[in-house]
Amino acid sequence: MVSKTLNAPNGYKVRISLKTALGEDAYEWNQSEMFFFQATMAFAMRRHFQMETYNVDNIILCVQTSRVSFWFVVTSPDNTTMLIPKADVEKAVRMSRHRINNAFLLSDRTLEFLGIYPTLAAPVNPDTPPWLIVFGVVIGAVCVGIIALLISSLLQKRRKEKGMTEDGQDEEDMQVKGVENGINLDGTYNRGFTDDDRFTKL
Amino acid sequence: MPEEGMENSKGGEERPKWNNKAEYLLTCIGFAVGLGNVWRFPYLCQIYGGGAFLIPYLIALVFQGLPLLYLELAIGQRLRMGSIGVWNSISPYLGGVGVASMVVSLCVSLFYNTIVAWVLWYLFNSFQEPLPWSQCPLNHNNTGYVEECVESTPVNYFWYRKTLNITPNMETSGSLQWWMVVSLATAWSIVYICFIRGSRPSAVYVTATFPYLVLTIFLVRALTLPGSSEGLIYLFTPDVRPLSNPQVWLDAATQIFFSLSVAFGGLISFSSYNSQKNNCERDAVLVGVINSATSIYASIPIFAILGFKAHTNYVTCLNGNILALTNEFDISDMNITVENYEQWFDSLNGTHPSRVSDLNLKTCDLQTFLDQSASGTGLAFIVFTEAVISMPGSQVWAVLFFIMLFSLGLSSMFGNLEGVLTPLHDLKLVPKWMPNELFTGKTLICLVLFLVSLIFTLGSGNYWLEIFNSYVGSVPLLIIAFFEIIAVAYIYGIGRFSDDLEFMTGHRPNIFWKVCWLVISPLMLFVVLVAYVAVQAQTHPTYPAWNPDYVNFPDTEVLPYPDWVFAICVLLSSVPVIFIPLVAIYRLICCMSGRHSEDRLHNDPNPYANEGYVVES
Repeated sequence: MVSKTLNAPNGYKVRISLKTALGEDAYEWNQSEMFFFQATMAFAMRRHFQMETYNVDNIILCVQTSRVSFWFVVTSPDNTTMLIPKADVEKAVRMSRHRINNAFLLSDRTLEFLGIYPTLAAPVNPDTPPWLIVFGVVIGAVCVGIIALLISSLLQKRRKEKGMTEDGQDEEDMQVKGVENGINLDGTYNRGFTDDDRFTKL
Repeated sequence: MPEEGMENSKGGEERPKWNNKAEYLLTCIGFAVGLGNVWRFPYLCQIYGGGAFLIPYLIALVFQGLPLLYLELAIGQRLRMGSIGVWNSISPYLGGVGVASMVVSLCVSLFYNTIVAWVLWYLFNSFQEPLPWSQCPLNHNNTGYVEECVESTPVNYFWYRKTLNITPNMETSGSLQWWMVVSLATAWSIVYICFIRGSRPSAVYVTATFPYLVLTIFLVRALTLPGSSEGLIYLFTPDVRPLSNPQVWLDAATQIFFSLSVAFGGLISFSSYNSQKNNCERDAVLVGVINSATSIYASIPIFAILGFKAHTNYVTCLNGNILALTNEFDISDMNITVENYEQWFDSLNGTHPSRVSDLNLKTCDLQTFLDQSASGTGLAFIVFTEAVISMPGSQVWAVLFFIMLFSLGLSSMFGNLEGVLTPLHDLKLVPKWMPNELFTGKTLICLVLFLVSLIFTLGSGNYWLEIFNSYVGSVPLLIIAFFEIIAVAYIYGIGRFSDDLEFMTGHRPNIFWKVCWLVISPLMLFVVLVAYVAVQAQTHPTYPAWNPDYVNFPDTEVLPYPDWVFAICVLLSSVPVIFIPLVAIYRLICCMSGRHSEDRLHNDPNPYANEGYVVES
């Protein structure tokens, strides 16, 4: 087993986790898949440099393991002894990362280019935070409830007042007695001591 | 002293009544069953030897909790007044007990509703995909995740930063967090709307029963999750060794005491609305038993879910190690699994020990994950939220869980506010210039309480809440309860109390109750009080602060309370209690200066005394 200290300044190590990504639907990684990878990388290089000359032969693979992992370097189409610098390869990969991932039914996490960090997904920032919406609904319902209760209590009070003025005699009675004694009666009004004679119509 | 056969309370005003017995029981149960049943009791079970904790717990229930509960319900029902009126009636010198109850209820309402506001905040945030506490947000220039979040966990970050926006220490107050103010306003409005116009009785049908429904749903769901059985076994395996530690007994007694919500005055108010011929003995036993049964029932799904969480953490830890090994040795993907990890590890460690040790693999032990315990807000907002992320259909479970917590908190708030409003109403303390309608009184009180509880929405609010929780909601209650039981058993007289009970329930209390009221419960309360104070006094007053700049972050930094804060703590503990001797001294002075008869009329008015007919000869 070759350690990861392979001296390849212009190469990238690729790591693929098929079973993690696809589980039971995982396909077998064989030479045809490697060819597909070479083709995809060539496509990425073409797309980035906008040169139609990149071909599968320009993608050289080595150190393949059963992980699945391997190293690759990219040669220039004009001069096969010259390697494309790491930075350019990185730019090409970043540009087409999404296409490369989808070609293999994988994701940023399961198709890793060691050294090229995936760009973080921009967070979805809705205009109104969702919690404000829920809060708005709840507080709206509560306010409506409070106002409804307030109004109904006012209406009830008004109805009670109307009812009270109808049998005003009794009220006057009680009040007069209270005033007579000079102090606010705190006790139960005892009708046994009402001065009936005052109101008896002869 | 109240005359026998007194049906109405003072004045021609009829005391409001319960619509039916179920409402009364549900309100009492709702008051007793609160957040503590869900997030304190399971924690105590966990740290004190699982099933074995039930032994001190049930002993405390039978010898301390039930007698106190029966006592409060009985005197409320007999004397038909709120807490201040009741203690005034028993002895004018003990009127301070009622005032103390009211002050404690007031202070507890302040911070309790803040917890309800936190629950509401999480509830509002549960309607999102993905849940906001499941991932770290990006930093300013989108180059990486927020550092504070990466160093701790997304769940911690959401709680400490996004919810509390906590300051690094208590001296830094920070500013009012607007989203918290908004949640707090919502919480108070909901409490308010349930209180006005007596809509509380109908609300209580929902708030008292809904938690049971949710707990059952969680139970069924949790049992189907992997790892739940480990959690349950861990919980219920009894370990009697911790029982030799007196701390266990102290915690069991305090848990029962605080769980039943006695000494708040709320229970006295609730039972005062009953007719006098009601079997309060049965009610008390029912409420007490249901409260404890709820605690035990709640701990089952909690522990199943904690077991699931431990299992998930364990698998994640192992998977991290597996990935490291696979990548290092270029082994075929998924050849190392959770099951054969041990063999692979041993063989690789045997052949390439240096490379393996360079990987710095974490030790993954399921027991360690199970041992991670949390109680209180930590359980609800950190541990549970983390567990919910891993459950399929997270939003549903989060919403259900927080609605359950909300209804638990709301039903307890009813009792808290009852302990404030009823004595005020009975004392007729509402000023003359205000329309003497309970409606406006309630509005004013809710508004004032909301404004004062804005303290807890500051950056340092959580620290203050912990202080209120530890100093107001603990020692004063124990002292009040002690005075309550002494007052009834010795000052009012157990004989007279037994007569009252015979009048109400139809039979005299049996020997068990009498022995408890006379000897066992006061003794237990006294011992618990002394032990509690002793334990508190020994520990230096410190608090865990969340400081991102701390060296050992994400561990919390343990800071001592500043002196002025400590003074406030002492004030909080003593101000409610100081009323007991204050009122006694005041009455004594009034008595000695000869204004005795006048005072008596004001304090325990006799409905048959009609001043207009005093014979002036």
